[in-house]
Amino acid sequence: MTTTTASTELRARQDKGRKAAQNREKWAQARTYISAVVILIWCLAPAYWMVVTAFREVGFTYDTSLLPTHVTLDNFATAFDTSFGNRFGQALINSVFIGVTVTAISLLIGVFAAYALARLNFRFKFLVLGFILGASMFPGVALITPLFQLFTNIGWMGTYQALIIPNISFVLPLTVYTLTSFFREMPWELEESARVDGCTQGQAFRKVIMPLAAPAIFTTAILAFISSWNEFLIASQLSNDATQPVTVAIASFAGAQPNQIPYTAIMAAGTIVTIPLVILVLVFQRKIVAGLTAGAVK
Amino acid sequence: MKTPRFLLPAATAGVLALTLTACGGGGGGTTGGGSDAEANLEGRGPITYVQGKDNSNVVRPLLDKWNAAHPDEQVTFKEQTDQADQQHDDLVQNFQAKNENYDVVSVDVVWTAEFAARGWLQPLEGNMAIETDGMLEPTIEAGSYQDKLYTAPVSSDGGILYYRKDLVPEAPKTWDEMMGMCSIAKENNIGCYAGQFKQYEGLTVNASEAINSAGGSVLGEDGKPNLTTPEAEEGLNNLVDAFKNGNIPAEAITYQEEESRRAFQEGKLLFLRNWPYVYNLATTEGSSQVKDVLGMAALPGKDGPGASSLGGHNAAISVYSKNKATALDFVKFLIEEEQQKFFATQGSLAPVLGDLYEDQELVAKLPYLPVLKTSIENAVPRPVSPFYPAVTQAIQENSYAALKGEKSAEQALADMQKSIESAGAGS
Amino acid sequence: MATELGPTPVKGPASGGTPVHHGPKGVGEDNKILSQGKWATWLLAPTVIALGIVIVYPIISAIVMSFQKDAGLDPATGLFTAGGPAGIQNYVNWLGQQCAAPGGGTVACPPGTLGGQFWSATGTTFLFTVITVTFETILGFWMAMIMARTFKGRGLVRAAVLVPWAIPTAVTAQLWLFIFAFEGIANKLFNASILWTGSEWPAKWAVIIADTWKTTPFMALLILAGLQMIPADVYEAAKVDGATAWQRFRLITLPLVKPALMVAILFRTLDALRMFDLPYILTGGANNTTTLSILVINQIRQGFNSAAALSTITFIIIFLVAFIFVRFLGANVVEQSGATGKGKK
Repeated sequence: MTTTTASTELRARQDKGRKAAQNREKWAQARTYISAVVILIWCLAPAYWMVVTAFREVGFTYDTSLLPTHVTLDNFATAFDTSFGNRFGQALINSVFIGVTVTAISLLIGVFAAYALARLNFRFKFLVLGFILGASMFPGVALITPLFQLFTNIGWMGTYQALIIPNISFVLPLTVYTLTSFFREMPWELEESARVDGCTQGQAFRKVIMPLAAPAIFTTAILAFISSWNEFLIASQLSNDATQPVTVAIASFAGAQPNQIPYTAIMAAGTIVTIPLVILVLVFQRKIVAGLTAGAVK
Repeated sequence: MKTPRFLLPAATAGVLALTLTACGGGGGGTTGGGSDAEANLEGRGPITYVQGKDNSNVVRPLLDKWNAAHPDEQVTFKEQTDQADQQHDDLVQNFQAKNENYDVVSVDVVWTAEFAARGWLQPLEGNMAIETDGMLEPTIEAGSYQDKLYTAPVSSDGGILYYRKDLVPEAPKTWDEMMGMCSIAKENNIGCYAGQFKQYEGLTVNASEAINSAGGSVLGEDGKPNLTTPEAEEGLNNLVDAFKNGNIPAEAITYQEEESRRAFQEGKLLFLRNWPYVYNLATTEGSSQVKDVLGMAALPGKDGPGASSLGGHNAAISVYSKNKATALDFVKFLIEEEQQKFFATQGSLAPVLGDLYEDQELVAKLPYLPVLKTSIENAVPRPVSPFYPAVTQAIQENSYAALKGEKSAEQALADMQKSIESAGAGS
Repeated sequence: MATELGPTPVKGPASGGTPVHHGPKGVGEDNKILSQGKWATWLLAPTVIALGIVIVYPIISAIVMSFQKDAGLDPATGLFTAGGPAGIQNYVNWLGQQCAAPGGGTVACPPGTLGGQFWSATGTTFLFTVITVTFETILGFWMAMIMARTFKGRGLVRAAVLVPWAIPTAVTAQLWLFIFAFEGIANKLFNASILWTGSEWPAKWAVIIADTWKTTPFMALLILAGLQMIPADVYEAAKVDGATAWQRFRLITLPLVKPALMVAILFRTLDALRMFDLPYILTGGANNTTTLSILVINQIRQGFNSAAALSTITFIIIFLVAFIFVRFLGANVVEQSGATGKGKK
C-alpha cells in the first residue's frame, strides 16, 4: 500500500516534471511561431499593399479597401508594353546581367582581399582597411559628375562596364569587411590538418574553408546582388536605352497624361522585380549552401 | 584639409584639366560660349532630339514623319526619364561635357535662363531666328533671357480652376468671390479650395500665382527680387488666411497634383486649381464622382482672371551641335501648325499658337481650350532667373512656413527677398 | 585621402621581403618563397584598384573643385563667368552658415537658402542615423534569432524577410508616399487623420519607419550568418551546465556574433549618414527632414564648387564617425589578428 502510493507519487512527480518540460517546450515553440507571424506581418504588409495596388485598375488607383478590388492585369501589360518605348523586359535582363557580374567579380576579388586581411600579416593593414572603408563614405550623389566626365572622356557612356565598375566599388567595401570578419572566426586549424593530409594550400582553402564559410559567402552574395539591383543614381546618368537597369526603367514610367503618376504600373513593376528575386534567392540558398556544406569535413 | 592645399598644383593638374574646364560650367561663358554659338551654323546631317519620357507617344510619329521627308538629316530620339529633376541634371551633365550629340533639347520653361546664361543655348536670332508671330506672348517671354529668344515654345501649360457645377451656379471671377462661396462647401460638408501646397516645385507655382494674381511680382523688371510690396503680401495672405479659416483643408499642405486631383474627384472639394490633364481623367475614370458636374474656369484674380504660372516645354539648340541648320529646320518643324495640332490631339499638350485655341475640331476634343487660352494669356512665367533653383528654394521654404502659420506672410516675403538677393550676389 | 594613396601596399612591399615584425600565428613557414607582404599585395591589388578608379578620382576632383568659387553672373553680358580660386571660403560659408551679401562680403544665411540649413541638416542626419540603426539592430537581431531556430515555415520567414530589401528604393519610396498619404491606407487602417508628410515629427517618423522597414533585412541577414557559424554543441554544453537563456545569449551568442554585428552596424551607419531617396521622395526635405545628402544634391543644382565643399565636409563627418566606431567601439575587424598593421598606424 505504502509502496504503491510512493511509486504513484513518484510517477506523478516524474510526469509533472516531464509535463512541465513538455509545456516549456511547447511554450517555446508557440513563442517562435508567434514571433514568426509578427515578422511576416511587419515585412509583408506594406509589400501586400504594393501587390494589391498593382492589380487595381488605373481609375481606382486610390481605392483603400484592404482586399483586391477592380482587379486587372493591365498594369503588368503596361509595364511590359514596348510600343511607347518602354524597355522593361530588356531592363530586367540588364539588371540581372549587371547584378550577376557585379556579385561574381566583387566576391572573387573580395575573397582575395579578405583572406589577406584576415590571415596574413603585413604593414599598413590598418591603412588599407581605412582606405576600403573610406570608399563608402563619400556622398554618392557627389560621385556622378566626375564619373560622367571620366566615362565621357574614355567613351564609355552607356556601356555595361560604365555601370558595372562603379557598382563593384560600391559593394566591395561591404564585401571585404563582411568576409574578413567571418574569415577571422574560421577554425583555421582545419586547414592545417588538411595540409597535413596532403592538400595544397589552395586545395585546403577550397575544400575545407570555403564550405565552412558558405553561409557567410552566400549572405555576402545576396547583399552584393541586391545592392547592385537597387542602384539607381549612377545608372540614371550613365546608362542609355539599351543598357538601362530596371530601377531606371521604372523611373521612366509615365502616366497616360502629363502630371499623372502611374502608381499602379510602378507597383506592378515593383512586384515583377521582387518576386522572382526572392524565389531565386530561396532556390539558391537550398541548392548552393547545401551543396557546399555537404563537402565539409566536419 | 592641409594636405590637399599644397598637393594641389602638382598632383591634380591632370584632374583639373579634366574636370574644371567642364565643371566650371560657364567657365568659358562669354568667350567659349560666344565662339561655340557661331560655329556650325550651316551644318547639315543627322541630329538627336532629347526629351523626357514621351508620355503619350507623340514624338515618335512626328520623327517618323520628319525622317521620311529628310533621308539625309535623320533625327534620332533620346528619351530621358519621366522625372523633371533627372532631365535637368542629364542636360547639365551633357552640356558640361560639350556633348555634340545633344543637338536639339526639350527645355522646361524654368530652365531657360539658367542654360542661356551658361552659354549652352544657341540664341535664336539672325540666321537662326524663328517665326514667333501668332504665338501667345507669355510663351515667348518664358523662352527669352535678357530680351533674347533662346528657346522655341513648343508646348504650353496653364492653371485651370475646376469647380462643381452642381453646387456652384456660376464660376467665381475673383478670389474674394470664391472665398464667399465657401459657405456652400460647408453646407455640403466638403472642403472648399485646394491647390498644391507640399514643399516642392508645385508650391512655387501656387505661391507665385497668389502673389501675381494680387498684383505683386516675384522679380521686378530689373530681375531683382520685388517681394516686400503690399500686393505680394496680400497675395500670400490670401492663401495663409484660407488655411487658417479652413477654406483650404489642412491636409492640402501634403498635396501634390495627384493628391489634390484625387480629393476633387472623390467629391471632397468644391474648387481645385490644377493643370489641364485633370479634365480627361475626371471625366473618364471609373472612380470619379464628378464626371457630369465638372466645371472649368480661369483662375480667380483680384478683380478679374488671375495670373497663372506658365508651364510647358520649349525646344533649344545646343551651341555644341555640329548640324545647326538641320537642328533649326527641325525646331521650325515642331512649331508648325500641323505638328502643334498633333501635340494637342494626341498628347493633350497645350499649343503655343493662339489660333488653335479656336479651332473647332480641337475644342470639340479638348473642351478646356478656351479657358486655358485665357489662363495662358494672363499667365506670368515663373521667375526668369539664371539662379532659378535658388529662387524656387526661397519661395518654397518660406511660403511653406507661412502657410503652416510658423511665420507671418510679411516675414516670409522679407526672408524670400533676402534669400533671392543672396543667390544673385554669389560670385 | 591624397596622402593615404602613397603608402598603400600596392607599392609598399614591392621592395621585396618587408620584414614582418611579429611572429605570425600559424602560417609562418608557408611563405618561404613569397613573403606575406607580397602575397597581401597581390590579393589586395584588385580591390584597391577598383576603388581607386571609381571613388578616389571623384573624391580628389571634388576636393579640387571645393577650393574654387562658383560661377557668378557677369552683369554686363548676363552670362556666367568662372568664379576663380576661393581658398577655404566655401568651407567657412557652410560651417558658419554664411551667404553672399548683395553688396559683397557675407551675411548670416536668411531662411530659404541652402546655406542656412547646414547644421539643421547635420542634426537631422544624425537623428535619423541613431534612431534607425538602433531600431534596425534590435529588430534585426530578434529576426535573426527567430530565423536561426528550426520550425516549420522557416523558409517562408526567410523569404519574407528579404522582401522589403529586394524592392528597389525607387518603388519603396513611392509605396510609402502612397501609404502615408492623408487619405492613404495608414490613416485609414488606424482610423487616424495624421498629416504624415505635413508636420515635423510625423514626417520624421514616416522616414524612420520606411527606412527601418526597408533595411532591417540587411541587419537580420548578416546577423543570421553570424549565428549560423556558432557550432550547436556550444549551446548544448552551456545548457548542460545550467545556463539560462539570457546567460546563453549574453555569454555565448553576443560575443560570437559580435564581429558580424559590428560590421553590420558600421555599414548601416555609414549608409544611414548618406540617406537620400526616402526623405527626398517622401517629404522633399520639408519639415526638418533635409539630410546632408539632400542638401548636397540641391546645392549641386545651384553651384558645383560649393556642393563639392559640402560633399567633402560630409565625407569628413562620416569619416570621424567611422573612426570613432573602429577605434572605440570595437568594430575593428583586425583587432586581434592584425596586430602588426595596427601597431604601425
